[in-house]
Amino acid sequence: MGGTSREQRRIKPARRWSLIMAVAVAISAELAWAGNWKPLAQDGLHDPANTALSQLQNPAEALSKLPPDTSGNLVNWVKALEQGKINPRNNIYPETKVKVLDKKQPPDILMKNTAELSMVRFPHKQHSELLDCSNCHEWLFKSKAGATPGFNMFAILQGEYCGRCHGAVAFPLTECKRCHNEPRPVSGGAAKAH
Amino acid sequence: MGRNQQMHGRHGLRRYVRVAAIVFALLMLFAPFPIRAEFGDVVFNKHAEKEGVRPVIFPHWFHRIRFNCKVCHSELGFKMRAGDNVVLMSDIIEGKFCGMCHNDNIAWGADRCDLCHTGRPGMESGIIGGSSTGGPGKW
Repeated sequence: MGGTSREQRRIKPARRWSLIMAVAVAISAELAWAGNWKPLAQDGLHDPANTALSQLQNPAEALSKLPPDTSGNLVNWVKALEQGKINPRNNIYPETKVKVLDKKQPPDILMKNTAELSMVRFPHKQHSELLDCSNCHEWLFKSKAGATPGFNMFAILQGEYCGRCHGAVAFPLTECKRCHNEPRPVSGGAAKAH
Repeated sequence: MGRNQQMHGRHGLRRYVRVAAIVFALLMLFAPFPIRAEFGDVVFNKHAEKEGVRPVIFPHWFHRIRFNCKVCHSELGFKMRAGDNVVLMSDIIEGKFCGMCHNDNIAWGADRCDLCHTGRPGMESGIIGGSSTGGPGKW
């Protein structure tokens, strides 16, 4: 009796470890599979019968050389631009005015009304390097901070406001902390527990 | 004893492989990894198949390496919602929308049908979103 229980005890941890290892292997295989940029002919969207596909660039060829990320195209596009890894054109017509707003003009927008989540600091600079003012103002966002009606997380998750791009072409809405990144200052009164 | 251990070892390996396969299969079924196509790929099929050509797949990733968003969404006038833009070949040939660059000058011209009309037959118009929210509900 005693011998069997000792044996069981001896086998159990090994089994547990093999289970944990198996799960870890499965998860990493899954991640490797998901992280792969699929060739166009295998992505389920392009028609493999189209012989012209061979003339198009496959995502892996271009995207594997850019700063990595964990979601979306698995590319950190803002970093790619900052590091000069990509050098996208800003206009087609030479007379089109290109305006980039830095931190001073106008400043980053701090959104405080975020319930118990960290506050949101909206960086104008990074957005205006990619977008024109008219892409967001005045139809989607009012220029006056706090004046945009109906702007909340529910609407964003439905593809409005930030959700027009975030979740479609910009990093997805599962990346909460990339926007909710500004810790709320703890006031003296709130810190004291009554 | 040695034989006993060997049996346990073999048993463990088989079990290990089986568990890994089951977890992998479950993850494939339930995990939010439907992206085989690239995040941001747009399918245009309002008119294409009715006109007898494959749907158009527009790769955002390819274009954003070369152009900032503002070029197409401001200068070219593409609205910022997949499905809000009615793009006809006649417009493109006249130099509107895609035709602003796809004119044999900046990029290939409108006569290279198969390079843009690359989609699988039967694809619905829309955009490939990649978040576990399933992408914004409105797409």
